[in-house]
Amino acid sequence: MKKIIRKHPLAIRWLHWINFPIMGMMVWSGLLIYWANGVYKLGWADQTVLKFFPKNFYEALNVPFRLAEGMSMHFFFMWLFAINGFFYVAYLIISRQWKYLLPEKRSWKEAWQVLLHDLRLRKTSPPQIKYNAAQRIAYTAVILMGIMMLLTGLAIYKPVQLNWLCKLLGGYAWARAEHFIFTILFCLFFLVHVVQVIFAGWNKFQAIVTGYEVVKENKPEETSTITIAEKDKTTVA
Amino acid sequence: MKTTTISNSKFRRKSIVAFLIFAGCFAIAVFFWGKIKNAKQQNGTPAPLRTALETNESIFYGLFGNKLTQTYPASMAAKKVRVNGNIGMRTDFEPENWKLQVIRKPGDTIFISLEEIRSLPKTEIIFDFKCIEGWDQISHWGGVRFSDFIKKYKLDEQAAKQFTGLVTPDVGYYVGIDNKSMMHPQTLLCYELNDKPLPMNQGYPLRLIIPVKYGVKHIKRIGSIFFSNIRPPDYWHERGYDYYCGL
Repeated sequence: MKKIIRKHPLAIRWLHWINFPIMGMMVWSGLLIYWANGVYKLGWADQTVLKFFPKNFYEALNVPFRLAEGMSMHFFFMWLFAINGFFYVAYLIISRQWKYLLPEKRSWKEAWQVLLHDLRLRKTSPPQIKYNAAQRIAYTAVILMGIMMLLTGLAIYKPVQLNWLCKLLGGYAWARAEHFIFTILFCLFFLVHVVQVIFAGWNKFQAIVTGYEVVKENKPEETSTITIAEKDKTTVA
Repeated sequence: MKTTTISNSKFRRKSIVAFLIFAGCFAIAVFFWGKIKNAKQQNGTPAPLRTALETNESIFYGLFGNKLTQTYPASMAAKKVRVNGNIGMRTDFEPENWKLQVIRKPGDTIFISLEEIRSLPKTEIIFDFKCIEGWDQISHWGGVRFSDFIKKYKLDEQAAKQFTGLVTPDVGYYVGIDNKSMMHPQTLLCYELNDKPLPMNQGYPLRLIIPVKYGVKHIKRIGSIFFSNIRPPDYWHERGYDYYCGL
């Protein structure tokens, strides 16, 4: 017999996995477009620390001279991205799943404890329901990033007709830079997400496909937590 | 979150089914993307993506009115204006023999000199010029409103058609533009840049300035203009870009 917990509802699993290839296509076609005016860099004055992107990066990925292709892909997948994102947010609200997802007051403090725990600098992590504090913050942030990608994207797609939006974002050139920055942030989220999934192990990963997570009957970690807590009590007593 | 207990075999069966559906859906997605990518090309773009671009066009063409582009004070205009491309201007050209050809209908062409165009009421615009490559620059242009030009030469009947086609004298570059955008009050037949005659590399003697479109539509060195209800050929459209290019 196996004790299992219903972790991810069907809708969230579908929306998550539909988003994955769409987002991949958006980032890839975005890169094809960005290349045509690839002017951003990190640095100051004449000093360049990091150029977005180096020539050999573009050549390795065969990016150059594909602007038209990138645009036609970007303006196709943008609809799927927006619609899928809309359904995701709508589902979170209607199903009240947002309760597991939005950061709580204590999440901000706990996120540090989670970080230290994940870096193996702390033995215990704070108790959690579905997501830990760091996950709550990260998964909420990525929704906000998606919304900002949509808004900055709209501003540079229709800068004349949606001039109010373009102005609100600091003008055309700024809106384009913001669109780029949110994309970079999203890619960083993706990298951390994948690394965390690898560390979390198969049981957690398969839950976003099957929906169920297997509950281990006696978690060694939990036992140790209790022991420490009990020890503390005895010292206090 | 609910906890339940199920048998090992049932759990295994559930997992396998879920993963089969998962893998199946990814295979279907990859299959369809392959079909889209390898579909017959239509003007340099796979037909389904071309359809998507045209659907976007009809959505946004219908959704938006004909808003004015934001303008800026002349002090903000660039002194060194970026030059991007000289397609259609690479052949020999004698500006002194130039006249704008307006094809009213097949076999009925009028010729208009630069002096005649300059004698029409002048309109200036300082706006943020946007290139399809992604850069933008505030620049200062002067010329005659296309709508004023149409009125003056009694071309209303022609402009009532859906599209205008503009072509360089050597037919090396050509654009097609919807007449809603052409008749926009900020669309100019432009002969001045920063209060001086257009430089050669900016399309002397006459170019188009159309702020509701990307730079690719701002054709330099206009040779002839015609009107049509079917889309006139467009240089970059034939090379995979969107026809509409509306901002």
